[in-house]
Amino acid sequence: MDEDTHSGSDTGALGPSEAVICCERLTKVYPGDILAVDRLDLAVRPGEIFGLLGPNGAGKTTTAGMLTTRIIPTSGKAIVAGIDVVRHPALAKQVLGVVPQTNTLDRSLNVWENLYFHGRFFGMGAKEARAAADAGLVTFRLTERAKAPVMALSGGMAQRLMVARAIVHRPSVLFLDEPTAGLDPQSRIALWEILGKLHGEGPTIFVSTHNMEEADSLCDRLAIMDHGRILALDTPEGLKASVGADTIVSVTAAGDMAALSRLLEERVDGALRAQPVGGAIQLHVKGATGVLPQVVTAAERGGFTITDLSIAEPSLETVFISLTGKDLRD
Amino acid sequence: MDRIVTIPHTPVTKCQAPRPTRSASSASWIAFRALLLRDLVVLRKNLGAFIPRTVLQPFLLVFIFLYVFPKIGTSVGGSGAAESGFAAVLIAGTVGLSIMFQGIQAVALPMVQEFGYTKEIEDRVLAPLPVWMVAVGKVAAGAIQGLIAAAIVFPVAAVVHVKEIQVHLTVHWPILLTMLPLACVMCAALGLTFGTRFDPRQVPVLFGIIILPMTFLGGTYYAWTTLAPVKVGAWSWLQTVVLANPLIYVTEGFRAALTGSPHMHLYAVYPVMTGFCALFMWLGIKGFRKRVLS
Repeated sequence: MDEDTHSGSDTGALGPSEAVICCERLTKVYPGDILAVDRLDLAVRPGEIFGLLGPNGAGKTTTAGMLTTRIIPTSGKAIVAGIDVVRHPALAKQVLGVVPQTNTLDRSLNVWENLYFHGRFFGMGAKEARAAADAGLVTFRLTERAKAPVMALSGGMAQRLMVARAIVHRPSVLFLDEPTAGLDPQSRIALWEILGKLHGEGPTIFVSTHNMEEADSLCDRLAIMDHGRILALDTPEGLKASVGADTIVSVTAAGDMAALSRLLEERVDGALRAQPVGGAIQLHVKGATGVLPQVVTAAERGGFTITDLSIAEPSLETVFISLTGKDLRD
Repeated sequence: MDRIVTIPHTPVTKCQAPRPTRSASSASWIAFRALLLRDLVVLRKNLGAFIPRTVLQPFLLVFIFLYVFPKIGTSVGGSGAAESGFAAVLIAGTVGLSIMFQGIQAVALPMVQEFGYTKEIEDRVLAPLPVWMVAVGKVAAGAIQGLIAAAIVFPVAAVVHVKEIQVHLTVHWPILLTMLPLACVMCAALGLTFGTRFDPRQVPVLFGIIILPMTFLGGTYYAWTTLAPVKVGAWSWLQTVVLANPLIYVTEGFRAALTGSPHMHLYAVYPVMTGFCALFMWLGIKGFRKRVLS
């Protein structure tokens, strides 16, 4: 793995020759003319943790499905580790590791056997697979549960086992689809730690998620996706900086929100833009101090009564709202 | 928003990353054998359930027909020599029926579960082999279970009967050794077809409307040749209708392999079974691909 290619936070477009995942105008239309992914172009660098962030139904799972041979694209090209996954799915599967959204552990086998047989499927000999299964259990702190049936595992343990299984055969690219959905906060953090450790030493990691915290803390680069298209692609820092503001003020008040938006844009120093989002107004401000008193004064003079007021730094959610005009949680 | 970089349309020329270490065909063959090994390990783990489930039905069949009925004086095949002839017919039918049930129990029912609830199959589909080979692997594992079932059922069926009945089995080895694998593969492929086309809620329909008539009209309790007197006018309608049932060829095939009694001509049995085999394989693989790929 070429360590140099993922060290910087540069935001320039990537030459295709460097990419481990390349999509070219990748499109999926489901029966009933449902356009899930729309002419997607994407290039993921070797060794990076790449995130696909978007709301449910944005096309993330379909994109991951096409890259992992499970969903057949309507048109376009998908190349992973130099292999055209549409034309040579069986060959491509040798270098793919997949952690799907649902628990697909083999219930007829115990924890250890899940890892062992995965190794055998991918061409390991009995001895090699045994060693890989043992090592996987140690890395993922599951050794004590080696003989347990997989149905007896907690959600967090099952998820760890799924990740352990997906990397037994040392894939070039590890795909994780909503890896922490449904996990408790502790298991979520444990999984992030594991992925952080894998990062750099092992595969390129492709994560799809609608969890902004996950995307922010985990990913080297992120693509924000909605309606089957990529709206923006950069490092998390780059994306947040792209908003242009350094402070985001949320204002909830009774009355004409559009009028209040205009008022705040005019009266508050450094105000870049204000837009109504989900019953509140988001005011983007840059390079100003004492913003909150100004907001309160402006609103009161305009005859508005503020019922809630909060201040924050720009987050990926801010970016998403700026791009789509809607909340990621919608 | 001017600093956000959207990726321009760039033609994909080459990508750099670790490449697969094996050719697709070599990796596929290795994965196929590993899938089979996995299924056999699971079978070994479940022997405690496999053996009773396999033995019980044939045991009850021969117990009722060849032990209880003669004891209570309700002989099915007639009396004396005729009863002994019926025993041979029944035993051959029982072996065929057991193989068919393996196709359902070893392939169809687990697959219905996996597609419906557990989704486990989705992981095996990601093993480095073509999707159709995963389906063929299921059939192969089911066929092996069918062979094991036949091996267990045959002795059970052959020994459970009243003393007065003489079971005269005449084993025609060339027929038996070709009929066994052919029947096992055909029934497992039938299982694959059912398994990919029924969802868990429809299992009662599968049993009530498809398996049940197949069983009763599959020549387990009678030889196909003896159906000729069931007529409307000059037409032996039942003999004609049951020809649509794949099981009739299996039971007739085993009748040819295990008894000296009259049976459907082997020139019909072999080609039709081969045809059903190909048809179910094709339907099964098609259904399997449809379920796992979108």
